[in-house]
Amino acid sequence: MTDTDPVAELDGSLDARDQARFDAEGLVGPPRTYWGDAWLILKGRWLFWVSLGIIVTFVSMAIVPQLFVWPSPGPDDPSGLFCFLSDARQPPSSSHWYGTDVQGCDYYAQVTHGARVSLIVALFATLITVIVGILLGGLAGYYGGGVDSLVSRLADGFFALPYLVGAIVVLSALTTQEGRQIWQVTVAIGFLGWPAVVRLYRSTVLQVKNLEYVQAARALGASDARIIFRHILPNAVAPTLVYTTIGMGAVISVEATLSFLGIGLPINSISWGIMISEAGTRIEQSPHLLFFPGLYLIVASLGFVLMGEQLREAFDPRFR
Amino acid sequence: MLRYFIRRVFQLIPVFFITTFLIFLVIRIIPGDPIQAQFGERRIPDNLRAAYIERYHFDEPLWKQYVLYMRDVLRFDLGDSIANQRPINEIFRESLPRTATLASMSVFFIGVFGIPLGIISARRKDGPVDNGFLIASLVMLATPAFVLGLLAQLFFGVRWGIFPVAGVEEGLMSYVLPALVIAVSSTAVTARLMRTTLLDTFREDYLRTARAKGLSERRVFTVHALRNALIPVVTVLAIDLGALLGGTIVTESVFNIPGIGFRITRAIVQRDTTMITGISIFLVMAYLVINLIVDMVYAWLDPRIRYD
Repeated sequence: MTDTDPVAELDGSLDARDQARFDAEGLVGPPRTYWGDAWLILKGRWLFWVSLGIIVTFVSMAIVPQLFVWPSPGPDDPSGLFCFLSDARQPPSSSHWYGTDVQGCDYYAQVTHGARVSLIVALFATLITVIVGILLGGLAGYYGGGVDSLVSRLADGFFALPYLVGAIVVLSALTTQEGRQIWQVTVAIGFLGWPAVVRLYRSTVLQVKNLEYVQAARALGASDARIIFRHILPNAVAPTLVYTTIGMGAVISVEATLSFLGIGLPINSISWGIMISEAGTRIEQSPHLLFFPGLYLIVASLGFVLMGEQLREAFDPRFR
Repeated sequence: MLRYFIRRVFQLIPVFFITTFLIFLVIRIIPGDPIQAQFGERRIPDNLRAAYIERYHFDEPLWKQYVLYMRDVLRFDLGDSIANQRPINEIFRESLPRTATLASMSVFFIGVFGIPLGIISARRKDGPVDNGFLIASLVMLATPAFVLGLLAQLFFGVRWGIFPVAGVEEGLMSYVLPALVIAVSSTAVTARLMRTTLLDTFREDYLRTARAKGLSERRVFTVHALRNALIPVVTVLAIDLGALLGGTIVTESVFNIPGIGFRITRAIVQRDTTMITGISIFLVMAYLVINLIVDMVYAWLDPRIRYD
């Protein structure tokens, strides 16, 4: 494009003048999308930035804990694991910011490394919940009839089971002599969460199923799968995002609770729940063993719950 | 009303059987021998094994075990604990009153703290107090009961000696701290619900009518707004009671209160499968019955529901 292009020049001059007036009056602006609107709301909220900061910190802690703790093998610590049995259960000091645990290991390093397992369980358990929920909810809403009754009654049955009791039943079934694996805990938590997602998707599908554009797609000969995935489910993307974020916060807490009760992660895994559980027996002498993993657990969970609340308010038209 | 009641009961029956069958199925398909689990590595004498099998019907096909078990459950007999060799009903008679005390005390705290907090938030909508409560309630929601329980135990029990540290020796006083711990997260939920419903009610036409009649602002608020806004909140409180029976599990094990929740955590350690099944099925029944009662009260308060 050259400088002498008259059309471009005209467009430009019109834009500059009129756009400023339109913006000032709030009448016409650049085309605004659903996601663009949500972003406009989000970026003006300090709680959004706080929760984003928390999430980014914990995610990087989980992926590259070396950013936060670096092992320094030296003459006095050849393993580089910061563990000296002679330093067991020291209170916080300048050399050990969070003190040391029963094994004499630096507690700051332990607590930092605990982020990984919490976030892995939270992410995959929530993914399982959402995938199973989308499939069953989509089927129930789209086909209705017998499939719907079957799925809905099954969901009701799961709802009647208090969450923790359900987890106890499933996980005590998985407990063998060798103990449990992380994936078993993840699957169990994910498996219990789906009924809520099923209700969400079922109602979305029911709302959208008979709208004109879905009928048009059907008239054009689109397959059921294409109609469900291309035309119906995109309507539920924003609620899913909100649900997933809040769900991850909740799963972090649930996983720690299960580990505390002795039906969660294996005892030798580095997890906040296990650390707190072990701290519980020495709470009087070494309260720092409870404080630091407890604090990380609460802040991580809070980060996701806060983010979910912000997303909900940004995406839900009733809050706009 | 009676027709509505009958319809709701008939809706509950399949849910009850589906849930109990799921519990039964999951517990019984555990790989490994439930009898051997009670003996560790030791060899079990043949006659003892035969006695176990006869008592718990382990030799029958799964569906028949379920039918036999449900026949007993419907006669209010939850069977015997395989680890303690005692009827589960007998264990319940000792532990249920403790859990019931704990759960009702926490519902009381939830109501006493949650409702006023919600009212204050709604009346000062978007002010600093409201925003402060919002953040506080999210923190309360994000704090797991066992972390809160251990912290409360450390400060209020060990350090400052205000409440008993653990156990049930000091009567009702022993239940106060655990009940507060259980109440915290539900208080946050209740306060937020109270705030939302009250704000919705403020927009209703009947409130404008009440003002137009010349009623005092105080009367408009207490008689017209608050009373209507309380209906859903009280419903949620009552449903909470059912969920709390499950929520006591964590707190009872932190504070060593030998109630139902404490028993189920013990049963996990002892691999007491019949006990786990019995307690879970009992909690499901309690949850369903409480829900039914809540539905009935709700239908009685709001006639639109029973004619739906």
